[in-house]
Amino acid sequence: MSSSSIKPGVNRQLKNYTSFGQSVRHSLTMAYRGLLKLKRTPEQLFDVTLQPIIFTLMFTYIFGGAISGDVASYLPVIIPGILVQTVITTSIVTGVQLREDMDKGVFDRFKSLPIARIAPLAGALLADTIRYTIATVLTFTMGYLMGYHPAGGLGNVAIAALLVIFCSWAISWIFAFFGVIARTASSVQGISMIVLFPLTFLSNAFVPVNTMPGWLQWFVNINPISHLVSAVRDLTNAGTVGWDLVISLIGAAVIVAIFAPITVRAYMRRT
Amino acid sequence: MDYRTIEPNNGDWAVEARGLVKTFGDNRAVDGVNMNVRAGSIYGVLGPNGAGKTTTIRMLATLLRPDAGSASIFGHDVQKESQIVRQLIGVTGQYASVDESLSATENLIIFSRLLGLGRAEAKRKAAELLEEFGLTEAARRPLKNFSGGMRRRLDLAASLIAQPPLIFLDEPTTGLDPRTRSQMWDTIRRLVNTGSTVLLTTQYLEEADQLADRIAVIDYGRVVAEGTADELKASVGTSSLHLRVQNPQDIDDARRTVEQVLKVQSNVSSEAGKITAPMANADLVTDLLIALRSEGIHLAEMSVQKPTLDEVFLTITGHGTKEEAPQASNESNKVEVARA
Repeated sequence: MSSSSIKPGVNRQLKNYTSFGQSVRHSLTMAYRGLLKLKRTPEQLFDVTLQPIIFTLMFTYIFGGAISGDVASYLPVIIPGILVQTVITTSIVTGVQLREDMDKGVFDRFKSLPIARIAPLAGALLADTIRYTIATVLTFTMGYLMGYHPAGGLGNVAIAALLVIFCSWAISWIFAFFGVIARTASSVQGISMIVLFPLTFLSNAFVPVNTMPGWLQWFVNINPISHLVSAVRDLTNAGTVGWDLVISLIGAAVIVAIFAPITVRAYMRRT
Repeated sequence: MDYRTIEPNNGDWAVEARGLVKTFGDNRAVDGVNMNVRAGSIYGVLGPNGAGKTTTIRMLATLLRPDAGSASIFGHDVQKESQIVRQLIGVTGQYASVDESLSATENLIIFSRLLGLGRAEAKRKAAELLEEFGLTEAARRPLKNFSGGMRRRLDLAASLIAQPPLIFLDEPTTGLDPRTRSQMWDTIRRLVNTGSTVLLTTQYLEEADQLADRIAVIDYGRVVAEGTADELKASVGTSSLHLRVQNPQDIDDARRTVEQVLKVQSNVSSEAGKITAPMANADLVTDLLIALRSEGIHLAEMSVQKPTLDEVFLTITGHGTKEEAPQASNESNKVEVARA
């Protein structure tokens, strides 16, 4: 319809695969779409704004006295714990929203476009790191206002924040998988909570591990969430880097390596 | 608007489908569909709701994996070379496949970027398409406030970004008002003039008649008839002659004369004074008119009506369209007869 006529189908030079560079570009465009959507519907950010504020206040004042004797000495324990718990809980929303988004007609168009199959998923997940960033910043800010002064310094706090955001992004692939295979958005929420609740609470996030029965300590110590919490504590409270950080990063990489391909496959299969 | 056209090579098929099957549970939605669409033509897939039109299109557009059978687009297999096929097609779904929460411009820019256009180029393309589809004024508004017709137009615009040689339109005018519908028809005709091939589904007989070069009638997942609109109509039978007399008392005499001269059974319709008879031999009509005049019977109106696609559909499938379709009566060639 525009000024030039259309090249007939037989004369075109075409490739049957998408290059890595193209995949990255497509994913970034899809992430841009996610950001635009956030800009248009800022009420989506309610949970990441309110949850860090409420949870940080609540847990610190409820458990502070019982666990560490007073609130001030509990802060270095609870802030990294609550940070990990809040930000990872936020990543559930990624799966829920993906499910809602996929039910809309626009995903049909994405599927019919010659773009990398992973792009609609990777883009959505990438855009959601903005949510994790908001939650992270707010949790640290709340902690600071309540009197938490991380001994590790601002630089290490920033590294810890990046670590948590990266790990949440990795974990969000699990919820993206649920989002792709589940029938409704609310079932995604349900399944994800069942997985995440034990994982975050059966960890060292809120209470010292040595107060737990032996069998539970075994689980808590292998729980990847515990390692992530420890890594954040090392960074923020002491400015040190230890095995926990390495384990967290490896764990995150393993999750992406497993869940990204199966999520894309499930997404392709879904009609 | 430029109308340079591209001649399709003979045997250059835009779509070739062989024995496509798709089952959902125990429902065979598509049950062995064969289809050949010549490049540069408009091909209509006509059928009632639930006949398997959308499922067929979704398989051809790589959105759905066929359970059996094969299909190729410009010679590229939809399953083995799906990424190539996607570079050759544009799909406009039954439900607008655009992003509700974004504006029209943002939608088009994102799709353009995904199709590999640069930032500035995408912006220019979006503006160009919005202009062409009369959406410039609404470009910045979120789609939530768009009317059905505007949404469809935006959807079609999005399908044209890459100027694909084959465009699938799934019920492009369902739910549109008559004016918007004829605008959409013009747009589709213009598309073909630039060299695109269009495969559209519709449940409106009139639409297939107006637009499509060839029509496949599909029912219960099978192609039950295929051909040009005229071929399909001819397969149903002859045209019919409609007469209305001025004076209702003359109707019995007129009917007798019609049956004598044309040597056929005629019908008198309930609305007073209308006689309908099959017209096998147009030559005999002259004799009939002379006979009527000599008997002093005055006609108020005379018309010849070709069979409508409605009747075609009824004859082929044994049932009418399940959905209410608009009257496809434009085929009648009305001839007002002056007082004899």
